[in-house]
Amino acid sequence: MTALRPVRGVRGIALLAMVLLAALAFPWVFRLPYHRDLAIKVFLYAMLAQAWNILAGYCGQISLGHAVFFGTGAYTSTVLQMTWGMNPWVGLLAGVVLAVALSLLIGYPCFRLRGHYFAIATIAIGEIVQTLAINWDFIGGARGLTLTIQKDSLLAFQFHTSKYPYYYIMLGLLTLCLLVSWRIERTRLGYYLRAIREDPEAAASVGIPVAKYKQIAMAISAAFVAAGGTFYAQYVLYLDPDSVLPLSLSILVCVLGVVGGTGTLWGPLVGAALLIPLSEFTRITLGGTGRAADLVIYGALLTGVAVFQPAGLVGLIGRRQG
Amino acid sequence: MFAIPPPDVLIQGILSGILMGFVYALIAAGLSLIFGLMEIVNFAHGEFLMLSMYTAFWMYALFALDPLLSVPICAAVLFALGWLSYAGIIRRILGGPMLAQIFATFGLAIFLRSAAQFLWTPDFRQVGEAWIQGPVRILGISVGLPQVVASAACLIAFGILYWFITGTETGMALEATAQDRQAAALMGINTERMFALGWGLGSACVGVAGAFLASFFYVFPHVGGLFALIAYVTVALGGFGSVPGSLVAGVIIGVIEVLGGLLIAPAFKYVAVFVLYLIVVLLRPQGLLGKF
Amino acid sequence: MALLRVEGITKRFGGLVANYRISFAVQAGEIVGLIGPNGAGKSTLFDVITGYYRPEAGDITFDNRPLVGRRPDQVNRLGIGRTFQKLRPFHAMTVLENVVVAALLHQVDPGKARDEALRYLEFVELADKRDSYARELSTGQRKRLELARAMATRPRLLLLDEVTGGVDQRTIPTLVQLIGRLREQGLTLVVIEHNMRVIMSIADRILALHLGEVIADGPPSDVVKNRRLIEAYLGEAFARPAGEG
Repeated sequence: MTALRPVRGVRGIALLAMVLLAALAFPWVFRLPYHRDLAIKVFLYAMLAQAWNILAGYCGQISLGHAVFFGTGAYTSTVLQMTWGMNPWVGLLAGVVLAVALSLLIGYPCFRLRGHYFAIATIAIGEIVQTLAINWDFIGGARGLTLTIQKDSLLAFQFHTSKYPYYYIMLGLLTLCLLVSWRIERTRLGYYLRAIREDPEAAASVGIPVAKYKQIAMAISAAFVAAGGTFYAQYVLYLDPDSVLPLSLSILVCVLGVVGGTGTLWGPLVGAALLIPLSEFTRITLGGTGRAADLVIYGALLTGVAVFQPAGLVGLIGRRQG
Repeated sequence: MFAIPPPDVLIQGILSGILMGFVYALIAAGLSLIFGLMEIVNFAHGEFLMLSMYTAFWMYALFALDPLLSVPICAAVLFALGWLSYAGIIRRILGGPMLAQIFATFGLAIFLRSAAQFLWTPDFRQVGEAWIQGPVRILGISVGLPQVVASAACLIAFGILYWFITGTETGMALEATAQDRQAAALMGINTERMFALGWGLGSACVGVAGAFLASFFYVFPHVGGLFALIAYVTVALGGFGSVPGSLVAGVIIGVIEVLGGLLIAPAFKYVAVFVLYLIVVLLRPQGLLGKF
Repeated sequence: MALLRVEGITKRFGGLVANYRISFAVQAGEIVGLIGPNGAGKSTLFDVITGYYRPEAGDITFDNRPLVGRRPDQVNRLGIGRTFQKLRPFHAMTVLENVVVAALLHQVDPGKARDEALRYLEFVELADKRDSYARELSTGQRKRLELARAMATRPRLLLLDEVTGGVDQRTIPTLVQLIGRLREQGLTLVVIEHNMRVIMSIADRILALHLGEVIADGPPSDVVKNRRLIEAYLGEAFARPAGEG
């Protein structure tokens, strides 16, 4: 399963420490706002992809509508903030709670479905939620919501003069997500999720309550994606159904996970580190059509990876390691 | 939000729903055929339809060919596309992990949809001067003539497909392969050829439907997404793997779609259909006439 | 007091009656052989007992607890383990990991679960293959893996679906020995088996199914002379009155 054998011992810890130091030092070395923003994007999408990976990679439940959780997080914290003045950090927690609740609502009926049907159901749910959001005036409808600018402060979760705090917050969220995934891999939860992915009926025969563990995976996944949604809202200060709930976001999350390597710890990060800068490049060179060009590449990558190297890039490296 | 429209609007809606239902039935039959053969859901089915519609449109825009004349062209193009998709992609992921099966066709769908947008822009296209236009009165109710023709044609195509499957030797070999792959192989049926044929035929169905749809539907890159989801519901309701089931289900879905739009709001047409999908797969996973 | 009591179980699939009014009891410590021609409903019976199918009628009690209506994982946690006729190892996991998954039921710590899993692998003589992927194993090895996996859930009753099917002849005595050692461990077994010599030698009692119904239930020596059973397996021509041939 973990095609990349974990680099053990002192060498492993040293490598990790180096990577972490590099990440911490990055914005001081590459000082252009553009670099920082790109890194934030990579971290955000890497976290979303890793969260998706927990459900789809480890547990084998392919969700093609994961944007619903992103939108839930973004809208919850923003609406609470703008309507009742709730602090965005509290709003973040509220968004997480709501996303987890939504995941239970979705999971309860849908986890009885087999692979393909579950995937179709997630597409349908994604479309439904996006349609509802466009038509719900209370949360801004198609016009979206613009957050009121506040003075720079950690409490208000807004930073304008210097955007460094955004970088570190996102890095922190990503690290937390990776830590949680790492823990999952090494504990009973990880074994159970993998068994469910391999063969749910055989998993049940050895005492695993399959639906319950699928729910757990989805809840953890939804929680991180929702947190990412709140971050996005506080970072961009504007959201609408097209930016936080679109199918293209659900697709992107899948692509990063699949290309990088599902079911692994580093796959989604590798996928994001490679593909997000690539998509920025196409956006710059091709302008408006860049978005469609991205998707052409994503589509081809998805099919290509699925057919030729389902283990993704990380799997490729793992094979070379022997 | 809920408003009961006047009876004549309701009846007109139901009739047009039934007519569209036959189109849905043909689209769904293609999907069902493929699933029955190898238990793979073609996530790119909607995009195949989109390509068929674009084919008809470009035949019209470039060569002044009416969509009706493009029907055989679209059917042939899509048959080839289906066959090639099987040979190039599907063949390699049969029996593979679920992830590979889903993303192989899902990736293809995204690729085709985005390539269409990249090449032909997101603009909505329309066949301006189709041969068949305007309203016609059936039983005193006014419906569009293109819809009636499309509906009738799809029903006929559906009938031809059904006859092919049940009446010809190749068709029965196809059914046999769907029922029991190993037994079919033991009987000397070239299952590889059957799979490719299934993909070709299933896609050709969509080719025919697309050509007719082009005469009265807007053509744009994302049009496939809407029809695909309707097709999934139709197949689920009719029963995965059951071609006759698609007919019954198609009509039901067509009517529900219209009613959803009339009774709730046009934007919620598709919500109604999707909610129905969820209800069907959860309460009666095998559908009305399905095997699974 | 019977460990497992099956009463009047009927299971239908549309028009097909897979199990019809099946009743029998299994005492603790017994080895019951379940035989019958293909399609007799043996595997379906296992599926019903372990909760994969819900019967249309009848009751099942295990250790005085009702089973009907429970999910497969719940049945397993009550103390029934099983193997599958069409083997279902976790393909992308190693042999050791396969058993660890099962051991985790009672041993939450993965490290300790790994030690326990190793002991089960040693019992079935697969410890040397612990790091191989399950999909690399031969049929006989997979059967032993599935056995170890089922055992790791610490069941009191083991339902084995086809021990020797598809296995090369030389491995059979090893498997038979294994079953004997299972009994020594205090396990109660119900074994579906097509190899008559194997089942006759290890079973205390034989239960014979034909077309979904019980047609014989008794010690091997009696059952082997049962006319209906011989007819079912070999056809009418072979059935002779008891005592002849």
